[in-house]
Amino acid sequence: MPALLTVRNLTIRFGGITALNDVSFDVAEGAITGLIGPNGAGKTTCFNCITRLYEPSSGEVRFKGEDLLRLRPQQIAGRRIARTFQNLALFEGMTVLDNVLVGYHSRFPGGFGDWGAEEGAVGEAMDVLAKLEVAELAKRPVHGLPFGIRKRVELARAIMAKPELLLLDEPAAGISHGEVTALAATIRRIARDFSTTILMVEHHMQLVMSVSDHIVVLASGKKLADGSPAAVQANPAVIEAYLGAV
Amino acid sequence: MARAIRVGIAVVVIAILPAIVPSFVVFDFIYVAAYAIAILGLIILTGMNGQISLGHGAFMALGGYVVAVLAHNLGWPYWVGVPLAALASGAFGLVIGAIALRLAGVYLALATFSLAVATPSFLKHYKSITGGFGGLSLDAVKAPAGLPTSGQQWLYYVAWAIAGAAFLASALIVRGKFGRALRALRDNPIAAISFGVNPYSYKTLAFGWSAVLSGIAGAFLAMTTAYVSPDTFTFALSITLLIGAVLGGMMTFWGALVGAIVIEFLPLVAQQVNAGAPSVVYGVTLILMMLFVPDGIVGGLQRLTRRLVRRVPSPTAFEPSVPAAASMAVDQPTRE
Repeated sequence: MPALLTVRNLTIRFGGITALNDVSFDVAEGAITGLIGPNGAGKTTCFNCITRLYEPSSGEVRFKGEDLLRLRPQQIAGRRIARTFQNLALFEGMTVLDNVLVGYHSRFPGGFGDWGAEEGAVGEAMDVLAKLEVAELAKRPVHGLPFGIRKRVELARAIMAKPELLLLDEPAAGISHGEVTALAATIRRIARDFSTTILMVEHHMQLVMSVSDHIVVLASGKKLADGSPAAVQANPAVIEAYLGAV
Repeated sequence: MARAIRVGIAVVVIAILPAIVPSFVVFDFIYVAAYAIAILGLIILTGMNGQISLGHGAFMALGGYVVAVLAHNLGWPYWVGVPLAALASGAFGLVIGAIALRLAGVYLALATFSLAVATPSFLKHYKSITGGFGGLSLDAVKAPAGLPTSGQQWLYYVAWAIAGAAFLASALIVRGKFGRALRALRDNPIAAISFGVNPYSYKTLAFGWSAVLSGIAGAFLAMTTAYVSPDTFTFALSITLLIGAVLGGMMTFWGALVGAIVIEFLPLVAQQVNAGAPSVVYGVTLILMMLFVPDGIVGGLQRLTRRLVRRVPSPTAFEPSVPAAASMAVDQPTRE
């Protein structure tokens, strides 16, 4: 499978701290890639570099051959890259439907008007919400909904961008043990139904190992290993990093 | 449907008002129309764009003086002057809006405040154009020949027609893609940008539109008074507009209408309650209103009807949540 996203020698420093140090990996098209590592390994930092929220000190990020580091953050969605956020980043003053419709923003025709595309967007948003089983909450303010529902709204918003690459930042965080199995099925279903490539940061090992085709391990800003779930689990350096972090 | 009924009632009341109230009250209500247009601009700026301006009186001054200078110095008709006032004010608004992007919260409030404070001095300085201290007097608006209305009634209807158009245009602008993008930027800029919303163009345009509305309002203020002077557009005007927006309520456009009525009539009522210290009555009223209806009169009425009807639970009845933007420590979204 060809690489959809290539990260090469990515380095970012905040003052004296090197959050990512010479990290390189590929994300294969159509695959689910897991990005794991102990706390502070640089996983979310890596996401923020890909989506241009952070400016890397050096290195290269290419998506379908295009240099993403030449783009502004608001241009990333238009390249069909969407993400969720670790601590949820919903629009608190808006309804579930409006939150999801912002996901469609980059797909509207150019300019500031919606040029008649609004109706189609609403229809598509309702379809996505139905697939994630939250359609009946569409008109509710997103503020105050239970955490699990809010995570699904965020996922729906990302799907609305019709991403070729979907970045999921800890989809299992804050979700009960029983729901994780369902989440694994949901993630696989999203990859299949919306034919999107997924790069996922996750701490829940059972979830990552069962869902991912390929795993990249970071520790203290460096890449420790990458390979199939079985190969990574057997890697002594990975085992030590996880045990050492305890 | 309920909204159509409310709009219908408002239109009917406005239409028949000149027939049932004395002419000095009609005069007051032309000011209400102008203030409503200006406060609408502030509600879009603050409620939608999340920016606070203490200087929108400066845009009103620009609008008012464009009409006055064109009419007084060049003899141009008002129907040319008002659109030009809107354009000039909008262009100035785009410039200030672009600068405002760099300033957050209280810093933007101070910067716009300085704009409002500087305006009267600026007007006094360029006296060859603006008439300086003395200002410019204008011809009273006359009704077109053949219409049975007085000039004042004509101006009343024109002002409210323009106000109606301003409300309609604003409603069209803020719904759908554009308004959603603005609210998304207000609630969580990082997430909005990540989904492709360009913060610069949207926020600047919204600022520009609020300036267009202020410019139109200033033009009508000038035509109604038939006179402009630096004292028409002091910084107190900017503060009064913000008071109107807060008292009316920022969550819906109805707040602009209610706020305009309050800032026009509250000082008059205060004068009648206690002629010796009207400002004390005014101030105490403001404090009491902020205590009991912090979300504005329209917000308070909505809560009241919700409690009476018990339709849906108030969204605030659920657990409070920290705005996601505040809990995310992320760098400046763009570094060139």
